[in-house]
Amino acid sequence: MLNVYDILETIRMIQDECLDIRTITMGISLMDCIDSDIDRACDKVYEKITRCAGKLVKVGEEIEKEYGIPIINKRISVTPIAIVSAACNASPVKFALTMEKAAKACGVNLIGGYSALVQKGFSAGDERLIRSIPEALASTSCVCSSVNIGSTKTGINMDAVKIMGQIVRESAEATVDNQCFGAAKLVVFCNAVDDNPFMAGAFHGVGEPDCIINVGVSGPGVVRSALAKYPDADINELADIIKKTAYKITRVGQLVGVRASEKLGVPFGIVDLSLAPTPAVGDSVAYILEEMGLEKCGCAGTTACLAMLNDAVKKGGVMACSRIGGLSGAFIPVSEDAGMIAAAESGSLLIEKLEAMTAVCSVGLDMIVIPGDTTAEVISGIIADEAAIGMVNCKTTAVRVIPAIGCKEGDVLDWGGLFGKGPVMKVNTNSPAKFISRGGQIPAPLHSLKN
Amino acid sequence: MKAVITVIGKDAVGILAKVSTICAETNANVIEVTQSVLQDMFAMIMLVDITKMTDDFVVLQDKLTALGDSLGLKIHTMHEDIFNSMHRI
Repeated sequence: MLNVYDILETIRMIQDECLDIRTITMGISLMDCIDSDIDRACDKVYEKITRCAGKLVKVGEEIEKEYGIPIINKRISVTPIAIVSAACNASPVKFALTMEKAAKACGVNLIGGYSALVQKGFSAGDERLIRSIPEALASTSCVCSSVNIGSTKTGINMDAVKIMGQIVRESAEATVDNQCFGAAKLVVFCNAVDDNPFMAGAFHGVGEPDCIINVGVSGPGVVRSALAKYPDADINELADIIKKTAYKITRVGQLVGVRASEKLGVPFGIVDLSLAPTPAVGDSVAYILEEMGLEKCGCAGTTACLAMLNDAVKKGGVMACSRIGGLSGAFIPVSEDAGMIAAAESGSLLIEKLEAMTAVCSVGLDMIVIPGDTTAEVISGIIADEAAIGMVNCKTTAVRVIPAIGCKEGDVLDWGGLFGKGPVMKVNTNSPAKFISRGGQIPAPLHSLKN
Repeated sequence: MKAVITVIGKDAVGILAKVSTICAETNANVIEVTQSVLQDMFAMIMLVDITKMTDDFVVLQDKLTALGDSLGLKIHTMHEDIFNSMHRI
């Protein structure tokens, strides 16, 4: 029979330590929906999404019951709409409205893919889509958008960086009545991945199959309580504990993914080995770092702790699943992590430290609320810095900052739910306007002579 | 196919009997039971065969959860695969 201790451990992880499957995301290719008539294209998009994902939520709920593990989100990602809409000579906002309608019909809570990939330049439809992002995000509630502006192989498209600074601001301005929520659904990437199951940055890459299931696991609470049992362990032991815990967490992700793929008759893609926090008590990445011995997240030593955590999570997860992908690592979204919120409010966690942390962990400057008077150029500068870290280190980085229009440092934006709440953080206001206005492309970095 | 039923809570007369009755109603065959009472905390783990069940697995699960609620106990009914995948390489 199964070991009693193991059974109770699993139940404790789920019941007390917030172990859950963060998301089952179905990736759907819309390549076969392309049409020069936008109405016909939208009809095809609606039909395809509802046909492929009609049963997604129901199957997710069945699996939740079967294994007794909560699956928090069921989501959809689609082919970047800039590609799908390129042939239509009309505003792509109609696609966003169609995505919203299809997502509501399927019962999923977010749909990603209102995206453009412009790391080396704009092709037909790209700029039109990017310019329409603020309107698309303001007129929908569950559509998420992302733009890839750089990569290690191509360098950084500074023209796109410049535009994205404005678009982030406009997205916040267009949703000022709704806590500037538009900007919370918009991610600017460097080295974006094709199979990311996590929002807001999920889209279905062009090299992916027609339809696929990707799974994102979570479990910061489980890792933290595992570490709490060994207050005097040295760092090697801590790394081992994290690996073992990550292994167990990932096994559940693999099991759920395989089962979902069987039930839906859709191939299983990847498990994203991420520690994704939520604002719920005890589900925080910052508290793991503090458990390792930091007084407050953001103090000296934070980057080192995070680097170790991120690496150990991957090492533990690699063996536990058949294929790994997505962003895979620890997430540090400020507003979605109770410990990060506390650290930011107390002044211990600054945006500069967060930037350093993004060099060693999963994504980037995520869910950070900045003062409402931050200029588009400064936002572009933040995007360029973050993209440079990703480009040089061959990793995905992203910027999801929310300019809190009409608010200043110390105020708080509160979206509730998984998006959480975030204090307005101080930003260096000296202007990079001249640099940003130059435009052009930062050349791809050299990959030898590394130092 | 097997499922694991865990019952945790304050000890009372007849917990095992009530849980087994529900299993019998849906034709889930009890294979193994371990139970302990520490002070007055009751913990029971039951392995049941669900291959020949006459109802859906969900029905058994809902009935047991309802029983747990009425007795003030936590009853989890989970497919054994989740434990096998987590704890066995």
